[in-house]
Amino acid sequence: MALLNKKDAALITDPLFDNNPITIQVLGICSALAITAQLEASIVMTVSVLFVLGIGNVVISLMRNIIPSKIRIIVQLVVVAALVIIVDLVLKAFAYELSKTLSVFVGLIITNCIIMGRFEAFALANGPWRSFLDGIGNALGYGVILIIVGFFRELLGTGDLLGLGQKLLGHPLLGNPIPGELSGAYAFGYENNGFMLLAPMALIVLGIVIWVQRSRNTDLIESH
Amino acid sequence: MEKGKTLNPKPLTQNLEKMELLELFFKSIFIENMVFATFLGMCSYLAVSKKVSTAVGLGAAVIFVLLITVPLNWLLDQYILQPGALKWLGAEYADYDLSFLSFILFIATIATMVQLVEIIVEKFSPSLYNSLGIFLPLIAVNCAILGGSLFMQSREIPTLTAATVYGLGSGIGWFLAIIAIAAIREKIRYSNVPAPLRGLGITFIITGLMAIGFMSFGGMLTGGKDGGSKQETISKVAIEKIKEEVESIKK
Repeated sequence: MALLNKKDAALITDPLFDNNPITIQVLGICSALAITAQLEASIVMTVSVLFVLGIGNVVISLMRNIIPSKIRIIVQLVVVAALVIIVDLVLKAFAYELSKTLSVFVGLIITNCIIMGRFEAFALANGPWRSFLDGIGNALGYGVILIIVGFFRELLGTGDLLGLGQKLLGHPLLGNPIPGELSGAYAFGYENNGFMLLAPMALIVLGIVIWVQRSRNTDLIESH
Repeated sequence: MEKGKTLNPKPLTQNLEKMELLELFFKSIFIENMVFATFLGMCSYLAVSKKVSTAVGLGAAVIFVLLITVPLNWLLDQYILQPGALKWLGAEYADYDLSFLSFILFIATIATMVQLVEIIVEKFSPSLYNSLGIFLPLIAVNCAILGGSLFMQSREIPTLTAATVYGLGSGIGWFLAIIAIAAIREKIRYSNVPAPLRGLGITFIITGLMAIGFMSFGGMLTGGKDGGSKQETISKVAIEKIKEEVESIKK
């Protein structure tokens, strides 16, 4: 790539898998679990975090030489809170239903540890461009996990997937061509697993994602 | 938040039945447990749960800070942030709606309170500071604390007493959760967990199983009458949707 040299490109690609913020750095778990019952909510959350982390990293990086280190946490919180207010107002204006589904979890982006973690670990020590790339990379790494978990929970839980599920699985009651009969996979006795929509399954699905990832890359295994 | 409904800040001493407070208390500990039902504070829950002794310290600090910040933010919400809350300043302020500022004010309150508590505890009780002190800075960015205040706001908790009870209950719920997982993790060191699941993976799965256990508290306050109501509403919504589609296809 002409735009990015190898070192800069690694800032984006590393957090996607081998240094993933959720499964390896163990940051930002709260929202990853709470809003993944729907794929759409996961995608919106990813975009919100992408915005906040990308811009926030640049802002903190620009200010890194003038923030007194004793009050840096409060400065960081104010920067994030301001960005999150923007996200919240935009969501309320253009996607009101979705912002109801996400409820307090938009506000909780403020205390999402990925954001504070990247500010502390990266933006305070690097220039704006590299910080921006790091922010984008980590937000995407976060989004990958959110989307994987959201995909399985929505598909298995409701049989729907952004409104496309009926093409994949057929329809539970509405039959084609005869209305009122089961169609697709449902005709063969498939049933939705409502349990996938409840809180505990988010944890278990994420546990399984971690299991798969660490089985593929054995360097990541913890001693205990 | 609906406009008009909250135009008059309710008096602080509005009498809530004691039974209701007790109900709120148990609900916030068991049914709406911070960790198992809403996943708040998962980061520190996972990071600091390797030993029971440290888990107790962090859990106690969370109870402490929630107990202080939730009522404080309730006052802020009631007298500054809500639509029309500035009425006490004079009639010309009655139309102001500052609720968009709530994130920034809540987090600022939490960050300052945590600093303040740290200073006070260090001055007056060095022994408590030694056990709690290292965890206090961690807490400013613990989502359980901000989450407590945000849920307090979105659920429209009616009185100051109720807000205090809610803060205390949520804190105790979080405390229970972190102690339980720390105790399990101490024991699981001696078990033969599949290598890729060791550490984080198995902790997630155990937490999931514990959450299933905690779901059984759901019927505690209703005598099991509306246990599984969530499930019902989901399937009801689905059936409605299907009916609509059948209609539209018939047309």
